[in-house]
Formats: sequence, C-alpha cells, structure tokens
Amino acid sequence: MSIIDLTCGSGGRNTHQLIVDVILKNLNYPELFNMGDAAYIGNFAFTTDSFVVTPEFFPNCDIGKLAVCGTSNDLTVAGARPEFMSLSLIIPEGYKKENLEKIIKSVRTSADEVNVQVVCGDTKVVDNMSLKSIIINTAGIGKIIKKLNDYNAIEVGDKIIITSDIARHGMAILLARGELQFNGSIESDCCHLYNLFKCLDYNCLNFARDATRGGIAAVLNEISEKCRKGFLLYEEDIVVKNEVKYLCEMLGFDPLTVANEGVSVIIVKRDKVEDVLKLVKKCNYGDNAFIAGEVIERQVVMLKTIYGGLRNVEMPSGLLLPRIC
Amino acid sequence: MKYIDEFRNPSIVNDILTSINKLVIKGRSYKIMEVCGTHTMAIAKYGLRDILPDNIDLVSGPGCPVCVISQGEIDAIFSLLEKEDVILFTYGDLMKTPGSNNESLLTYKAKGVDIRIILSPIDMLKEIENTNKELIFVSIGFETTSPANAILIKEMYKRKIKNFSVFPYNKIMPGIIDVILRDKDLNIDGFICPGHVAAVTGTNLFEPIVKKNRAAVVAGFEIIDILLAIRAIVLQVNNGTFRVENLYKRVVSDNGNSLARQHIDDVFEITSSIWRGVGSVERSGLALKDDFQQYNVLNKFDLIIESIYDKKGCKCGEILMGKKSPYECSLFSKECKPESPIGPCMVSTEGTCAAYYKYMVKSEHY
Repeated sequence: MSIIDLTCGSGGRNTHQLIVDVILKNLNYPELFNMGDAAYIGNFAFTTDSFVVTPEFFPNCDIGKLAVCGTSNDLTVAGARPEFMSLSLIIPEGYKKENLEKIIKSVRTSADEVNVQVVCGDTKVVDNMSLKSIIINTAGIGKIIKKLNDYNAIEVGDKIIITSDIARHGMAILLARGELQFNGSIESDCCHLYNLFKCLDYNCLNFARDATRGGIAAVLNEISEKCRKGFLLYEEDIVVKNEVKYLCEMLGFDPLTVANEGVSVIIVKRDKVEDVLKLVKKCNYGDNAFIAGEVIERQVVMLKTIYGGLRNVEMPSGLLLPRIC
Repeated sequence: MKYIDEFRNPSIVNDILTSINKLVIKGRSYKIMEVCGTHTMAIAKYGLRDILPDNIDLVSGPGCPVCVISQGEIDAIFSLLEKEDVILFTYGDLMKTPGSNNESLLTYKAKGVDIRIILSPIDMLKEIENTNKELIFVSIGFETTSPANAILIKEMYKRKIKNFSVFPYNKIMPGIIDVILRDKDLNIDGFICPGHVAAVTGTNLFEPIVKKNRAAVVAGFEIIDILLAIRAIVLQVNNGTFRVENLYKRVVSDNGNSLARQHIDDVFEITSSIWRGVGSVERSGLALKDDFQQYNVLNKFDLIIESIYDKKGCKCGEILMGKKSPYECSLFSKECKPESPIGPCMVSTEGTCAAYYKYMVKSEHY
C-alpha cells in the first residue's frame, strides 16, 4: 500500500516524487511544469504557500510573519515586486483568540514592511481532534520586474551568491520546540527578501530562488535538474553562525540541508559577481552574504571541502532525523 | 562546543597529510578498516578518500547499530505495531529501516501508530506518568548507548512501572571483532577503533587485534583524529610492531568508564546475537538479566524473531565485513537509495552505503 508519510512533505526527493507522480500527472498545465517559485501570468507573477509550524511563536518570527514573508519571497525571487496577498486561516476549535490576534498583527506589520496589501481571505474553524494548531495559506501576486526563474539563463561559469548565513530558521524552530533540553535560542532568519532585491540591479541577475525546505542542498539540486548543469560549492566560503554550526554538529545535521526562510540563491555572471555581492552586503539582511561557488557543466552538485576533497551534495531524501550516537 | 575548529584546522591537516605521504611505502598497499559508522560518515564528509595517497584503502566495518539489526528483529517490531495499541519510542535513524513487508516506522506513523523519536531514553520517564498505554523502547546501539538504556530500565524497575517494555536489541563489540579476525580472507592491515565504544570499554577490547599482528588505533571523529590514526597505523605496519594506541585521550581513558560498565552489568548479560548479513555471533549481544525479563517485549507480547535471509542481491553482509564496497553491489544507487533503502547499510545515515551515496562524487563507479 502506498501512503503519504512525513518525508513526502519535507522538500526533498520524496516531495518531488509525489508532485511528479500525482500532481503534475493530472494537472499538466504548461506553466505548472516550470516548478519555479511563482507562475508567470502576463506581466504578473502569482504564487501560493501554506504554513504550519510548531510552535507558532519562535525567536524573531511567528507563523503570521512567516506566511507573509514566505509568499512575498517567492514572488521576489521569481523577479516580481510583491503587491497583493490573500490570507486563509484554518483554526482548531479552542484556539486562543489572543494568539490569533497576535498572529494577525504580525501579518500586518510584515505586510507593511514591503507595502503588500492583504485583499481577500477565508476563515475556517475545525474540530480540534483533526487539527492541533493553526494553518495559514497565503497567495500573492506582483508585477514582474525581470523573470528570474528562467533556467535557460543559467550558464556554465556563472557564480552563485547566497544572501545570508544558512540553516538558522530550521535550527531556530528545533530549539524553540523545547524538546532538546538545551539552553539558549537561535533567531530565525525569516525576513523580506524584497527589501534586499530592491537595491539590486536586476540586469546583473540571471536567476534566483529562495532556499527554504531542504535548504541549499535541495534548491541547488532542483535547479541542477531543470537547467541540466551542475554546481560546485566551496566549503571554506560557506557562512554558518557558530551556534547553528554547533547544534547541527551535535545532532548530526548537514547545514546545507537545513531550512531557511530569508535566504536566496542568486546566480550572476562571473564578471558581475563582486559588484552584486558588494550591493547585497549593503542591503538589509544581506550583510552575511557570500559567494558560494559556480555553475559547472557536469549535472551534479558537489562541494570542495576545505581540505581539497570533493563530495556530493545530494538532494536531501527525507526528514532530518537526529542520529543515535 | 570547543575544539571543532581546532581539530579541523586545514594547515594541520596538510602537515599530517604530507607526513603520511612521506611514510607510505610505494608498491605496498595499506588496507584500513574503520569499525564505527560515525567514522565512515566523517571520512566521506571530509572527502578523505580523495586526498589520501592511492595505496591507502579505507574499508568500512560493522559499526552502524541500525545497519546490523537483523531483518527478523525489525519485523518483530512491526508485528507488534500491527496487533497492539502501544506507544513506541525510538532513536531517529531507525525510522526509515524497511521491514520484510516494505513498511517502515515512518509509514506506520503515517497510518496513525503513536511513534516518538527520542534523543535520550530518559525522555520516556516524562511520558510514563501521562498514560496507561504500554510504552515500548527499542533498545539498540553498542556499548556507547547501552549504559543510558540500562539506566532507563533500572529507573522503571525502581518505580515499579508495569506498562513499560523494551526490544532488547543491544549489541556489543567483542564477538564481532573476533568474527572479523577469524575470517580466512582477512586482509586488513589496521583498524581505526571506535572511540566512543572505547570510552566505555577501555582500550583492552582491541588487544585481540594486535595479537593477530594488525594495527589498532583508537581515534576520535574529527578529520585530524582520523588522519593521525591513519598515520599511526601506517607506522605500525611499516615497523611490523603492533600495539593498541589510544589517540583519543581527551575522551578515552585506557580503563574506560567503570560506572557506565556497571550500569550495563546491572541490567544486561552477554549473549549471542544475530547480525545482518553475518548471522548469529557469540558474545555479541546483550540480553536482559532475570530481574528485568519482565520488561522483555518479546515475552510480554509473544513475539518471535524469525530468521530471515537478506534480500536477494543485497550485499550488505559482505559490505559490513569490509569484503565488498557499495560500488560492487548491483542494487547500489539503482533500486537501493536513501529514500527507498533495500539493505540496512543504506538506511542509517551512518551506514556505509548511505555515506557513499550521500558524499561520494558520482564517477565512473556508476
């Protein structure tokens, strides 16, 4: 019997397989096949995303901010300016009104930050046996500045910029769940990428994606499959904050596979990379940006370790599971 | 967390590599087995095979606890979940291990079975007060995890808890080291010995290795630890004098941890145990002592561990013994992948096949 388990929703290989096997097979619309961060409809980009996170409130973020940033970031990296958004709530009976209001206020603050307007929505309340915590869906549209999800624009020799240190969001959530019995907290990297992108010269950008579920490893493997080229990353240049690095180390996680919520992968022409990096570093949320590697001909994602050895960066296959020892 | 950067310092790594390159004798090969799965992962993660001299051949041994659990033992867990409404507690890496029925704990969880991933067995104590359901712990691991498992079982005993039981699947090293050493085809020159096992057992455990004229070096898990161990093995092989060397003194004392061993001795006794791909191995497992047999889930729920042969074509048995590399298995990276593992070496992130799949750069091998 084939059933859907948690690995199918983790953004890795099994999620991809589920989408291909069930969704694309039945919904064979040409625009959907691009599988970018947003669909291009005339002059507009259109996208949607659902948010379910435990706990709903965690350092530097909550599910409301996440729901706005997530959709606005998808529009941003698709090359559009986020403008309008819908907001749908599915709430379990018994949920505290006070918490809902906190979430909605956070939606407002976050929407105001990039001048997005929430213009339609829906509210459902369901049996608390079938749902334990709130689920939010947002959809968004925005005017295209330059299509940044065109895989044909990626060329061998192009350089990869990652706009922030990585793996902070995933580890922030893990710590906030309180199951690890570690003291201390890590702040999520959740932020509006549009505040960063608006300072950049889009003419210099070839391609962009945000690296959410499955982290840098998942997004680079997805791009590699679509553009039929590969990536070579340099381990010594990858920025991971110490607290994140140590927590990953203790739990046996590879930071490249851990989720981010405010980190974009930008692919630029080799001769423009220093200029773009300089600009990114000056923008909001871009001060930890770095050049992570380059586009190569062979269709594989590899990492050159600081010792000069090469290793594969595989598409993460499923859940991040803490190891036994 | 101290020492991560110190033990990964590239210029020290370079110095040790240069030294190894000078020491290896041309025309001679050095076959070195790392026994522990965590060493396997570290070697792959740092791309070590890429930067070592060509005549150093690293092979992986039977040191991933999830990989060496027998198929029958996994199936017994699933048969319990099929018939009883229990809460199962497990370490994370067991979640993907496939049973004969192609199910895994992940799919049982998806079907509504209450399965909880824990980092420490002590986490179960919090739950015991909240439920009348049977709480079941899958007790796996080597000497490293057994002390904590023993502490949990003793605590349940002290509190006179009735709705608790364990799958007693712990394994220990001495028996399997014997099997490797007794092998006619043994052509291993030296062993990188598992540092965390040694932290409990002490370094005496590895004396049988040097009696067979092979090098034995206890090592930590950072790149500098591993390279120093390789260098020490090369030196022992070159000189033809073999002894157990402890290069992980910041964690391992020669006598090990007697308190941890006491916990194991209180609860468990040494028994034979079935290893995937190897079969029954004497002095290689831990059974519950009589006082604690009341917690043996196999008795409590009339479960039988069937002897089941490995899936056809799967070479995990030979891979665990260092006789074959994953590249020599026809299933590797084709039918057998991390998201649909056939053999146990692909299941755990520590498994040899998973490490090869995850970190080896695709090359002419496949």
